[in-house]
Amino acid sequence: MRLLVCVKQVGSLDEDFELRPGAAQVDPDSVEWSLNEWDAFAIEAAVRMAEADRGEVVAASVGGEEAAQALLDALARGADRAIRVDEPELQRLHDPLATARALALVAERESVDVTLCGVQSSDSPHGATGVALAGYLGVAHVAVVRAIQAEGASLVLERELEGGLAERLRVPLPAVLTVQTGINQPRYASFRAVKKAKEKPLETLSLQDLGLDQEDVPRGAELLELSTPPSGGGAEMIDGDAEEIAARIAEVVRRRLGTEVAS
Amino acid sequence: VSGVLAICEARRGEVRDVSLEIIAAGLELSENGAGELNVAVVDADPESHAATLGFRGVSALVGVRAPDPQPDARTMEVALDVLVDELAPAAILVPYSADGQGYAPAVAASRGFGFCANALEVGWETDSVTAKRGLYGDRVIASVRLTGTPSLVMLRPRGTRPSAQQASVPYRQLEIPDPPAMAAEHLGWVEPEAEGVDITKADFLLSVGRGVEDEDGVEELLAVAEQVGATLSSSRPLVDAGWVESGRQVGQSGRTVKPKVYLALGISGAIQHLAGIREAGTVIAVNTDPGAPIFMQADYGAVADLFEVAKALPKHLG
Repeated sequence: MRLLVCVKQVGSLDEDFELRPGAAQVDPDSVEWSLNEWDAFAIEAAVRMAEADRGEVVAASVGGEEAAQALLDALARGADRAIRVDEPELQRLHDPLATARALALVAERESVDVTLCGVQSSDSPHGATGVALAGYLGVAHVAVVRAIQAEGASLVLERELEGGLAERLRVPLPAVLTVQTGINQPRYASFRAVKKAKEKPLETLSLQDLGLDQEDVPRGAELLELSTPPSGGGAEMIDGDAEEIAARIAEVVRRRLGTEVAS
Repeated sequence: VSGVLAICEARRGEVRDVSLEIIAAGLELSENGAGELNVAVVDADPESHAATLGFRGVSALVGVRAPDPQPDARTMEVALDVLVDELAPAAILVPYSADGQGYAPAVAASRGFGFCANALEVGWETDSVTAKRGLYGDRVIASVRLTGTPSLVMLRPRGTRPSAQQASVPYRQLEIPDPPAMAAEHLGWVEPEAEGVDITKADFLLSVGRGVEDEDGVEELLAVAEQVGATLSSSRPLVDAGWVESGRQVGQSGRTVKPKVYLALGISGAIQHLAGIREAGTVIAVNTDPGAPIFMQADYGAVADLFEVAKALPKHLG
């Protein structure tokens, strides 16, 4: 089985981040980078599926230098090789259709059986890239998957719905899945695995290498501006030491429950 | 090409509440000049939902009859294809739900629609669809203009209802062919865990998050919850880690709770978690990170070590 796992290096913001006026961009100095939480589960799911039938796992990411770090992470956690689509601008767009189009070309080039993505990315949660990718490929797909079992030329899955409900279903291959957190316990990369990851193949491709002209990159939307949400609202903050905070909380709890709380 | 198409959601024969939010947003777009609103539902028996989905201001309810009782993502895609070809809308609204996420992005991609998912707001300005969406845990808001006709917006559920009165609206039905290629085969439902505590009935929830750091931390707070007469609930990461049973999970994929008091200890406040406490009475949050999004939703907040506060609680609430 040939597996593709799509990963993303996501940004999180400092407490006192700043927007760059006019540039519709967050000041890069206030962004810290890490592997998207969902993607760690997608990598583990892909590696386990490959281990079960001597398959190969290719990790792919779209973006600049940061994206290479996500791929090294994937290689350290068991992916066999990696492809970075070197398009920092595409990553900055936060447009799931553009990203999905690039990843679909990678999936086609690698003729994969199963593509796994995280359900969403934490910095720009569209929850859409994986299923859009399937739309470009024209293959079966299931979103928010919490269990995977390979059965011959099909997969038996559980997809998570709202309120604790799930659906069991079978899909034919090839297929694209978006993977939910908690589907497995992602392994930690050992020091040795991290060192070894640097020796695994990491290819860098442009959109042109994949046969796509810049003007043909699809866009779902154009960004008009970035802003911060209106302040106000928010909590009434309780000051003091732990003892004083606990006392004030207790007072609020008692008042709201309308009774003394039994011990 | 004009008008708005709102795609509702039915599951196991029942309309889901997110459908009403989509209709509310559709009515608003329609009033703002986007044209007539058609409301669509895909189900084995779509006409059975006519009474629930009819509101004053809706032009028509369009039922698409699905070949299987539970339409899968591929069936939804074929249905959306048929609806778009038939009605030629300028704007399409879909709930940002588990089902919506499963099909809408694929159609937007394969047919080249304008697209924005997890939108907080949708608007209509000079003949195009606009939307607002959150980045970095909603700490930054992006205003976008959708580029494509039609444009499809997936709206994040937030509990709104149409202000218009329910009314009988014209009904028409469309058919789609047999189960499409690549369709998923429905094998059954996995019901939520029914055993254990029912956190939806509790008046006082002590809810714990990533801040507890390990399983021992959970044990410690479970003991505190018992001492102060609270029921323990948790955010998703602790369930994912296997430290808390899934029946205690609060949030979109867990339970929606409405206690009189929700005391959140070490919960940062992911969007999916906040969706589960929309109906909670008083929310009190304790977190070491002053930038945690939960403080925006809470009534009271304290920047402090959760264990120190928790340890001091029984004395005051015993």
